[in-house]
Amino acid sequence: MASWQWFHRMGSPKWFYEKMRIWMLALGFLSCAMIMVGMVWGLAFAPAELKQGNSYRIMYVHVPTAIVSMGGYYVMAIAGAIGLIWRMKLSFMVMKSTAPVGAILTFLGLFTGAVWGKPTWGVYWVWDARITFMVILFFIYLGIIALQEAYPDKDMGDKAAALLSLVGMVVVPLIYKSVDWWFTLHQKSTFKLTEKSTIDPSMAYPLILMIFATYMFFAWMVIYRTRVEILYRERKTQWVKQALLGPA
Amino acid sequence: MSEMNLAQSSLSLALWINLKREVIVAVRHKGELANPLMFFLMVVVFIPLGISPEPKVLAPLAPGLIWVIALLATLLSLDGLFRSDYEDGSLEQMLMSPQPLAIFVVTKILAHWLMTGVPLTLIAPALGLMLYLPAEGYGAMLLSLFIGTGSLSMIGAIGAALTVSLRKGGLVLSLIVMPLYVPVLIFGASAVTSAVGGDKIGLEIAILLAMFLTAMLLAPFAAAGALKIGTDA
Repeated sequence: MASWQWFHRMGSPKWFYEKMRIWMLALGFLSCAMIMVGMVWGLAFAPAELKQGNSYRIMYVHVPTAIVSMGGYYVMAIAGAIGLIWRMKLSFMVMKSTAPVGAILTFLGLFTGAVWGKPTWGVYWVWDARITFMVILFFIYLGIIALQEAYPDKDMGDKAAALLSLVGMVVVPLIYKSVDWWFTLHQKSTFKLTEKSTIDPSMAYPLILMIFATYMFFAWMVIYRTRVEILYRERKTQWVKQALLGPA
Repeated sequence: MSEMNLAQSSLSLALWINLKREVIVAVRHKGELANPLMFFLMVVVFIPLGISPEPKVLAPLAPGLIWVIALLATLLSLDGLFRSDYEDGSLEQMLMSPQPLAIFVVTKILAHWLMTGVPLTLIAPALGLMLYLPAEGYGAMLLSLFIGTGSLSMIGAIGAALTVSLRKGGLVLSLIVMPLYVPVLIFGASAVTSAVGGDKIGLEIAILLAMFLTAMLLAPFAAAGALKIGTDA
């Protein structure tokens, strides 16, 4: 039983709020520092690409945001599942905080993709498998946020959104596969998407750094937003008053 | 042993009685029955007006258009799926009955499919004519719509259950369900397109069938869970 204590303690918003303060600060500092280093490294010091010249450098934003936006969906869905199964209020708050972060990262991935597409393919938008999948993922994120917002009752909204994100977890891989199949069926072979089978280490290192940095940024944002959500939802409790106003 | 038999017979009995009830209720509301079909027809009239009446232009678009419109028509009919039962309290009775809620959900979905998906499939050939669908496409269109609308009803039921207690749930319902319809649309429309192109459609139909069976396995439970959330049980 003792081994489960940490799990139950984690269910307490107060514990989370207090313990995560230091994590929030550390992740915030680390992710900002890493993003700065990665950006300068990728934008200024990494060599220019042979065919694309300098325009490929948007990859250092595009790839990490796209990767984390997909990972973020699973964080959200698993948090929702924990909330539904163990009736843990805190994990609904995590889920609620994750959804907008994931949606914004998905949007950033799409936006940077469009900006990158113009110099590379000559158009902003291509109905490519991955782009199409990202758009649908973006809509799923928005749908979950919309459902949660539509409920006047917070508890019901939490549970409904959690259930929807679980349903999404079953369907999202299916969407990914079917969009992929659809694209290979329709491909006109005018665009080559994956021409870089090997990436030079001098280009890869800043990319790896940026992927880590974006993951940390994601974690930072989720913790930050969850702490705000905790304060809002627990605003009538004594400990929140004490934490914010000092001991009375 | 007798208890076991009783439980089993009462389960199938509940299934049967509920299906009968759903069909009777649906048949007595003829207007609601006709609405998705009318929508289907009207949108098809819009297409030549908006794009072009030329057979050359419409024929290649027909398979996808018919599928997209069928999907939208299904979407419109979803809002009422659990609404009246929620409002008049039948849903709470179903929750309190000894049979699992998923059984009732299955019958509701089945009735919804019989009352929207199947009629949509049956009038689709007429729309195919209006959009100059090539003759090779009709068989595939009927088959893919017949199976595919079943999946649409299943997946849609989850969305309808999630929004049942919302006063203005209709738009949210469409927003949350539409992305989930993507795989069905892709394989349904491409079955018709390949048939028109003279290809075999076994792959598409098999995948549609697999999606239908998987949805049948999972969707009733998801929708039942959503209904429990909506009724705060």
